[in-house]
Amino acid sequence: MAKYAFFLGCIAPLRYPGVEKSTRVVCERLGVELVDLEDASCCPAPGVIRAFSKATWLAAAARNLALAEAKGLPIVTICNGCYGSLFEAAHELNHNPEELAKVNKILKEIGMEYKGTTKVYHFAEVLYKDVGIAKIKEKITNPLDYKVAAFYGCHFLKPSSIKELDDPENAHVLDDLVEATGAKSMPRKQKMLCCGAGGGLKAAFGDVAKEFTKTNLENMQASGAQYIVDICPFCQMQFDTVQGDLGYKIPVLHLCQLYGIAMGMSEAELGLSAHVVPVKL
Amino acid sequence: MCFQCGTCTAGCPSGRRTSYRVRKLMRMAQLGLKDEIVNSDELWECSTCYTCVERCPRQVPIVDVVVALRNIAVSEGHIRANHKVTATNFYKSGHTVQINDKIKAQRKSIGLPEVPPTVLSNKDAMAQLDKILKATGFNKIVE
Repeated sequence: MAKYAFFLGCIAPLRYPGVEKSTRVVCERLGVELVDLEDASCCPAPGVIRAFSKATWLAAAARNLALAEAKGLPIVTICNGCYGSLFEAAHELNHNPEELAKVNKILKEIGMEYKGTTKVYHFAEVLYKDVGIAKIKEKITNPLDYKVAAFYGCHFLKPSSIKELDDPENAHVLDDLVEATGAKSMPRKQKMLCCGAGGGLKAAFGDVAKEFTKTNLENMQASGAQYIVDICPFCQMQFDTVQGDLGYKIPVLHLCQLYGIAMGMSEAELGLSAHVVPVKL
Repeated sequence: MCFQCGTCTAGCPSGRRTSYRVRKLMRMAQLGLKDEIVNSDELWECSTCYTCVERCPRQVPIVDVVVALRNIAVSEGHIRANHKVTATNFYKSGHTVQINDKIKAQRKSIGLPEVPPTVLSNKDAMAQLDKILKATGFNKIVE
């Protein structure tokens, strides 16, 4: 089984530590070896930092990619934002020698160099392609009978021209991963609608972001889902923190936490006390 | 090249809820209406969901265009207060959100180190990042 450099990002370690913890435990059970990517920074966030300065975004992302390259490992992320940034930065630098040379001029100032070899994966992709549904099913000790709203978020599958993971208009990877636990992924309207938080929209116009989230919640509730399962801590934070104002109380779990439950982790280990909408198992 | 078919606007979730029209922004960019663009709220109403990019029949990298326009706006001092907070967090700590005592305690209680093994745990690593941010002019955005 492959070995990955574990990229934490910001929201998981600093807002939902249970997501970090459950990832570590779940990977161990599945035989996926995670090596901490020490000294990494924010990816940096694709929607905001890249929007402020693409040069800063690319150079800081290159530093993260170079840290993994020095370990000789591919990166695994647990956040669509981190995946979006690092994947797109790697795509640009690994295929464009001119951009790579420009970035390396900056990295040279800190005694680093990026050769352009790091590959970037999302945790859900690793589970689906590397581990596989059959092996996951073998490791489920506590099958779940939950009805789940599977939430893909935007930057896992898109832009599909470079990601090529699944059909972004009609995806099935996350539904299959959710159902491997025994849970049922409920069909619903506008399943691929953005949570609303990305691209700095939440910070600039929080009420508009909330309108996106509200439509998602209406469709999730109408589908009969009892839990929202995401693969992006930023989407998780949006659903978890704004739905109370909108009169909803659907618990929100990261896929790693869903797997943690299905593998018998305790409520404390799953870090459920960090959640705004109470999660009762 | 954009031929103004409007497919981007038709699928845009923000356009359904605000006055944001992606097609209009693309046209304004083509016409070089820089002042109108950098001063507009609309420039910041895109959530970068990439629905427009997926559906564009001309393969226009629309989100990349929005990002480029935002870079121009920010370089000329057009940045919103909340965005400046996010930028400042990144500049100061290397992360877009900050750690606090409650999170440290939570982390410890579930068997994680109080501070994650990122730039937060290593001053030398933070100094490296700081040099990158200065070399690329990020300090001008937050100061």
